[in-house]
Amino acid sequence: MSEPIILRYQVDGDDFVSCGHASEDVKRTLKNIGFPASVIRNVSIAMYEGEINMVIHANGGVAEVVIYEDRIVITLTDTGKGIADIEQAMQEGFSTATDAIRELGFGAGMGLPNMKKYSDNMKIESEVGKGTVVTLEFLLND
Amino acid sequence: MTVKEIADILGAEILCCGELADQTQVHSACGSDMMSDVLAFVKDQGVLLTGLVNPQVVRTAEMMDILCVVFVRGKKPDQMMINLATAKGIILLSTEERMYPACGKLYAAGLESGKTV
Ligand SMILES: Nc1ncnc2c1ncn2[C@@H]1O[C@H](COP(=O)(O)OP(=O)(O)OP(=O)(O)O)[C@@H](O)[C@H]1O
Ligand SMILES: [Mg+2]
Repeated sequence: MSEPIILRYQVDGDDFVSCGHASEDVKRTLKNIGFPASVIRNVSIAMYEGEINMVIHANGGVAEVVIYEDRIVITLTDTGKGIADIEQAMQEGFSTATDAIRELGFGAGMGLPNMKKYSDNMKIESEVGKGTVVTLEFLLND
Repeated sequence: MTVKEIADILGAEILCCGELADQTQVHSACGSDMMSDVLAFVKDQGVLLTGLVNPQVVRTAEMMDILCVVFVRGKKPDQMMINLATAKGIILLSTEERMYPACGKLYAAGLESGKTV
């Protein structure tokens, strides 16, 4: 494999029901390529958390997954409300989710810390009122 | 323990992938209505018991490699969720038991809580 494989998904912000289809497709693709189960699991969980966040906090966006020989890079880009205090958002248990979101089973404030845990590198760039870009990198050589 | 045994212990109805129930071995389980917590704490539990019914329950199970989801308090997933689970080979069960006794019965029968991350 020399050329990277690039996958792009539109994540619909109004559609809680089909949320997760991008992560599902990435999981299937990585399985077909033959990545180790541990890598597939780390990528799937982190990407799914990010996809859910884009839907419940940011009105959807675009997910791009680039599979290189030695790493996988996921970029989640939205034009939602942005995150005012990223350090605070990264804390376990911090959530601005509404009761309606909690009734759907999300909003414990665990997603961003979980994405950090399952990825090798994570970067959040955000501007209030403009949107958020979350970049996740997974290294394949260990 | 097999998923078939779980269904018997809980008097549960098997809603899909029943053909896998006899051969699917599980060693630990977790119970939660919060998918956030399942994503954050589950390690290798093969079974999820939940009172929450929406498609993200099935997707969460898929991401966590959970093999069987048990809906408690007689809750039933809709056809869309059943189709999703069928496509992923995830066995769905529905039991009239409430969460606490459902977990208790499985624990007493030897299904452990397992490790968390
Ligand atoms: N893409 C985003 N756009 C705007 N705000 C976000 C975004 N992602 C996260 N946040 C903010 O950061 C907080 C923490 O996010 P995190 O994913 O850790 O928890 P949560 O989504 O609230 O709950 P959980 O992930 O446990 O279901 C959110 O409550 C929200 O305020
Ligand atoms: Mg989240």
